[in-house]
Amino acid sequence: MEALIKTLKIQIIEQLNLAELKPEDIEPNAPLFGEGLGLDSIDALELIVLLEKHYGIKIQDSKDAKAIFASIQSMADYIMANKK
Amino acid sequence: MEPTILSYCKIKNNTVWLNGDEIYIDNKSVDFDAFLVNLYRHINLNYPKFFKMDNLCKLGMLAAEMAIRNNSKSDNCEKDKTAVFISNNSSSLDTDRNHIKTIEDKSQYFPSPSVFVYTLPNIIIGEISIKHKLAGENAFFVTEKFDEKLMHSYTSIALQNKHTADAVCGWINVDGKEYEAFVYYVEKSNFNPLIKGFNMPHNPETISRLYN
Repeated sequence: MEALIKTLKIQIIEQLNLAELKPEDIEPNAPLFGEGLGLDSIDALELIVLLEKHYGIKIQDSKDAKAIFASIQSMADYIMANKK
Repeated sequence: MEPTILSYCKIKNNTVWLNGDEIYIDNKSVDFDAFLVNLYRHINLNYPKFFKMDNLCKLGMLAAEMAIRNNSKSDNCEKDKTAVFISNNSSSLDTDRNHIKTIEDKSQYFPSPSVFVYTLPNIIIGEISIKHKLAGENAFFVTEKFDEKLMHSYTSIALQNKHTADAVCGWINVDGKEYEAFVYYVEKSNFNPLIKGFNMPHNPETISRLYN
């Protein structure tokens, strides 16, 4: 799990062009949207692409997205449970 | 009587000119991407969204920032009456190519939303307007080369309208490694050569001279 979280941080920084952030700046349980990293709707779409591209996971129900993308930790939990 | 150009910024060949003075030259950057980031840090833009933008928007943001920040009206312009009129030659071709790269391999078909959103040239107008909270009229022109007569004519007509007090105008072009930005700030008030600080009459001859 720890390795996955570290990898996710690197992938998110790269995919979302968060050039001024380092992996250690991101707390696993900090919110990705709003107060946390301040991601926007385009970033949310990039996260969906990231899950599919790197982990082969398609989010079937968009209602689940809010909980999945709440934090790095929740993303990692979802990946572990659904990885193909 | 003519409106007044209060500032202008040119960026080309890793060099920045503000109101005619060379203010920055970057001999270290090996490519355009690095130059843009170095210039961002040099002018202390402090706008994290900059890193999410394509190179056309990054270049335009930097040139507009300096033209807006460094004119005599920068602190008291009427933001809801400030227009943005931009032109270029390559439209969004640079990003269009990047987008194609993400979809050309059918086995790796992962179009990037953050790339796709920049596949329109007028997005630069939106980015400048958001950053500076400008809510005036706007227009984007694609022309073969910088057309000072078109830009002057369109801006002059807009400035005759009560809803436009100022305008951020210019040419922002990116095509691969080739890039050029020329952004100037115009205010409605008539040109007065007696006023201190940088100011020029807004006419095609002056615009052409500043561009060249």
